[in-house]
Amino acid sequence: MIDGVLPILYLLASVTFILGIKLLGSPKTARVGNLVAAGGMVVAIIGTIVLYRHNGEPLHNVTWILAALALGTAIGWVMAMRVKMTAMPQMVSFFNGMGGACAALISILEYKSAMTGGGGMSTGHGLATMAGLIIGGVSFSGSIVAYLKLEDRLSDIRFGGQQLVNNGLLLATLAVGAAMVVGTMSGISTLYILAAMALVFGILFVLPIGGADMPVVISLLNSFTGVAAACGGFLYDNMVMLIGGILVGSAGTILTVVMCNSMNRSLLNVLIGNFGGASAASSGGASGGTYREVSASDAAVMMSYAKQVVIVPGYGLAVAQAQHVCHQLEHELEGKGVTVKYAIHPVAGRMPGHMNVLLAEADVAYDKLVEMDEINAEFPTTDVVLVVGANDVVNPAAKTDPTSPIYGMPILDAELARQVIIMKRSMKAGYAGIDNELFYRPNAAMLFGDAKASLSALVNEVKQV
Amino acid sequence: MIIDESTLSLIYLVVLMAFLGVELIGHVPSVLHTPLMSGANAIHGVVIIGSIIVMGIADDTLSMILGFLAVVLGTLNVVGGFVVTNRMLEMFRRKP
Repeated sequence: MIDGVLPILYLLASVTFILGIKLLGSPKTARVGNLVAAGGMVVAIIGTIVLYRHNGEPLHNVTWILAALALGTAIGWVMAMRVKMTAMPQMVSFFNGMGGACAALISILEYKSAMTGGGGMSTGHGLATMAGLIIGGVSFSGSIVAYLKLEDRLSDIRFGGQQLVNNGLLLATLAVGAAMVVGTMSGISTLYILAAMALVFGILFVLPIGGADMPVVISLLNSFTGVAAACGGFLYDNMVMLIGGILVGSAGTILTVVMCNSMNRSLLNVLIGNFGGASAASSGGASGGTYREVSASDAAVMMSYAKQVVIVPGYGLAVAQAQHVCHQLEHELEGKGVTVKYAIHPVAGRMPGHMNVLLAEADVAYDKLVEMDEINAEFPTTDVVLVVGANDVVNPAAKTDPTSPIYGMPILDAELARQVIIMKRSMKAGYAGIDNELFYRPNAAMLFGDAKASLSALVNEVKQV
Repeated sequence: MIIDESTLSLIYLVVLMAFLGVELIGHVPSVLHTPLMSGANAIHGVVIIGSIIVMGIADDTLSMILGFLAVVLGTLNVVGGFVVTNRMLEMFRRKP
């Protein structure tokens, strides 16, 4: 009787995962979706601890399991509650890495017990174990590198022949893994070497990829961890692990492809990591020329007498935590009868939807956030565009200069507006490392300074107009 | 090559779930990509089930230590993942 309960609980949990992902797909139901999936997870965890039978025996070490759960919950909760909204991408990457490490550890333990048991492993069992170890290991070390890069504690590292080294190491890792599966290689120390190879590959794999591409990498590693979790499902004939893992694996892959598409680049192009490398250096000197500066008071006058102002937020807004001041500016302008909209580029910030999350935090109304295709039609009739800490997403070179590394990426046509005001800290290039000719256009003016300070100054000036 | 029936049904499941994942994500507005990635991140925390099982059948010290670590890391993934996603989504809630 009791044997039949756990599979039903697993089925229930699997349904909540599917429903959860489905509900996460719409703004109205997303929050419920997350809670539903979390509820399913709790059911699966408690069900496993209480009802799981290994060779007819209940699980041992329950006290330790509960202690580990409590410890993990405490740390995870505190980290997740304390992280700033701007640091969300790296937080997701960090938690993803933990899942990958968990999957790799399971594989190590499974192999250890199969060796000491003396029975060895069947081919299928071995395949799931080695795949879990390699994918989990790569996901762990890769995610941690991505985390460190987004925290700015690690810069891009490229060296000659890097792709060759990476591909060689990948092939070697897969070869050792395959040899372990078929049994030409064996032993726990070989397994540790394999684990080390996977970890090193994960590091080398992410190191050369530029910071602007991190969201794509995180999304890819996210789907890797999903597949690693599914390997665990094969090991234990565990349906909920299999379903949860594969769902995330496939959904994560599609999400990765969608992200690449919105930058008009192929996944391969992202992974090879030549973004902003050699070609950027050569195109750097192409523009230059003179740019115009504008004071906060002049900018305030222009915006106050405009019919429509479009704000283009970018990563600079996120770094400066300027979303609240930005909302305040919007409020002041609306008070003067100006229509204010936000133009949201799909990859503005460090993650798709990053800007939406930030602006929502500052209570900006959902319908004021206009997506790229829709807002592009409005730029020619817009009086003032205010670019806050964005750069590459408004670079006209993406349309005009075939040699530019971002050529072909869809951009916001800010340059078509009557007046463009660009808030930046300096004339330094954006994340892709390329100059932006928009800044030198006659209808453009620069407002230098930290986004938050400049926006506060603008708010004050607008009040006085 | 011989595939037994239970492995075959697992393979069926994998293929069907792969299609389902694609279908579920296909039409999501880009606004929700970050929360969705984060939510999916929490869901693959289901790997914790495996770590609980290995911990529950561990019988030597090294296995206990590694198993304990695995459960802690898996919990971090689950709890951190769901809490972070919830925090993001709270911001989409309209004010009353």
